Amino acid sequence: MPDDIAPSPPADRGYLTEKGFLSWACTLDHKRIGLLYLGTTLLFFLVGGVFALLLRMKLMYPGEELFSNKAYNVFFTLHGIMMIFLFIIPAIPSALGNFLIPLMIGARDVAFPRLNIFSYWIFLAGIIVILASLASPLDTGWTFYTPYSATTGAAVTVLSFGIFLVGMSSILTGLNFIVTIHRLRAPGLTWFRLPLFIWSMYATSIIQVLATPVVGITFLLLAAERIFGVGFFDPAKGGDPLLFQHFFWFYSHPVVYVMILPAMGIVSEILPVFARKPIFGYKGIAYSSLAIAFIGFLVWGHHMFVSGMSDVAGIIFSFLTFFVAVPTGVKVFNWIATLYRGSISLDAPMLYSLTFIFLFIIGGLTGPFLGALATNVHLHDTYFVVAHFHYTMMGGTVIGLFAGLHYWFPKMFGRMYSERRALTAWLLIFFGFNITFFSMFILGVQGMPRRWAEYPERFQPLHIASTAGSWFLALGTVLMFWNLFRSLFRGGPAQPDPWGSKTLEWRTGSPPPTHNFAEIPTVTEWPYGFGKKEKERE
Amino acid sequence: MLNTSSTKAYRTYILVWLALLVLTVVTWLVSYVHLGMLNVTVAMLIASMKALLVALFFMHLRYENRLLWAFAIIPLGFLTLIIGGTLADVLLRD
Repeated sequence: MPDDIAPSPPADRGYLTEKGFLSWACTLDHKRIGLLYLGTTLLFFLVGGVFALLLRMKLMYPGEELFSNKAYNVFFTLHGIMMIFLFIIPAIPSALGNFLIPLMIGARDVAFPRLNIFSYWIFLAGIIVILASLASPLDTGWTFYTPYSATTGAAVTVLSFGIFLVGMSSILTGLNFIVTIHRLRAPGLTWFRLPLFIWSMYATSIIQVLATPVVGITFLLLAAERIFGVGFFDPAKGGDPLLFQHFFWFYSHPVVYVMILPAMGIVSEILPVFARKPIFGYKGIAYSSLAIAFIGFLVWGHHMFVSGMSDVAGIIFSFLTFFVAVPTGVKVFNWIATLYRGSISLDAPMLYSLTFIFLFIIGGLTGPFLGALATNVHLHDTYFVVAHFHYTMMGGTVIGLFAGLHYWFPKMFGRMYSERRALTAWLLIFFGFNITFFSMFILGVQGMPRRWAEYPERFQPLHIASTAGSWFLALGTVLMFWNLFRSLFRGGPAQPDPWGSKTLEWRTGSPPPTHNFAEIPTVTEWPYGFGKKEKERE
Repeated sequence: MLNTSSTKAYRTYILVWLALLVLTVVTWLVSYVHLGMLNVTVAMLIASMKALLVALFFMHLRYENRLLWAFAIIPLGFLTLIIGGTLADVLLRD
């Protein structure tokens, strides 16, 4: 594709035609609400990324040269809170999920459009409350462990109210999606003809609805302890500090699957299109999404092995943790089998999808090291955990999001981006990411504790490598966003189906009209019929 | 004018409401009887019965299909899970 096509706008702007603040603020269109989520979450991705760069800059030297250790504690808390609650949890489900679910199932909108915009406004309200709480420097880390979070003078109560609101938005979105997928599928679109992204979003929504209330209640208990002095977590009053960790991880472990499942769905969509082969093991991938969602609820205790939990509980949770690897492995093998003897083209969405598989295998397989009791004692609270987490969440979810953004960008905006610039950005991100986070695996095994601002000098070389990597990663990310942002205005027009895909969203205009389809399509086959049939037609 | 089916529905709602009131009074009266640990058990049992009445009649579960029943019952399994998992820790500590 040539780099600079004349910036003549595509003839039909579809759902983007209407302009002005109110047309966005009061919209009921799932596509516009999706874009609102996308803009908001990406903004916090960039802010959280700046905090990450600052943290890495400081860690180049083992001392208080750039800023104080107190500021370091605040910055890593902010990095965590913004990236987790304001970016990675809502990014794919609320942004891409909102945009794509009705299009992919051949519906005109989600089941409850008003609830949809309401959940966006609650999300914004939650963000405002969270930002207000930052007026007092928070240094609890994103996990808010008691007793520190119950006693610190920082505005934990206000913050927990903000997260309560954001969680409420997450529950409503999940509920909306579950009903939409059950009720609004196009004629002929049976469960086993659904695109795999829909299966993964269905599993994600179930976790959101079942797990998020628990974290909401946990924060209410914490607020009750802080305001009224009720001793839920204070042993002096008959409470138990580990109760907080149980409740917190009963939400926060399943929620890592809220983060990763949609990314797995994206990859499952992209691989067959760019390998021109039917997806291998469709039912395996579909059921494994549900299995991951379910098993994800059984393993929360593996975050607490060294917290003083009973040995029996430790053994049970460790044992159950290994089961998560089974459905995850099913997916990875099916993806690889899909690629086998495919006719692969390495466009940007495919490059990011392959990167997802590569990085997620590393991130996933370092999980069992942490889930095993004996190795956990050594690796707990070291950089190994940080590396594992970032390989799954950034190497997995964020790279999956990038894949999805490049894949559906033409559909969303009716324009193409520069493929050459996308490749350069991918290269920088790939190498930058691995330099940044692989160094952390080694640091962790050597015993570097996480969350420490100071460290013995022998760790410095790897810290410098990691920081240097973070610059490449940042440069690549900025270039990628610049490429996409620029294409919003200057990209050449996109065809309704630029990649030759078969899911329903490509059977309407790019960008789609407000009500998605001129006529609701009737579905007669699954969306992965590439290969033999296709050749016959040619 | 009310048709017969809605009159019937009103009657059901009022009966359920009265049952909830009676159960509330029973909870209150039982609290005066000293049963030791059983006091909590009895209170929880009555509360569960009240919740069941609300779910069945006020939330219309009685008249819904199997899918909605599944959505109502499955979360109870997850509630058991969080209680069970936490107790596996608390009850078995050294």
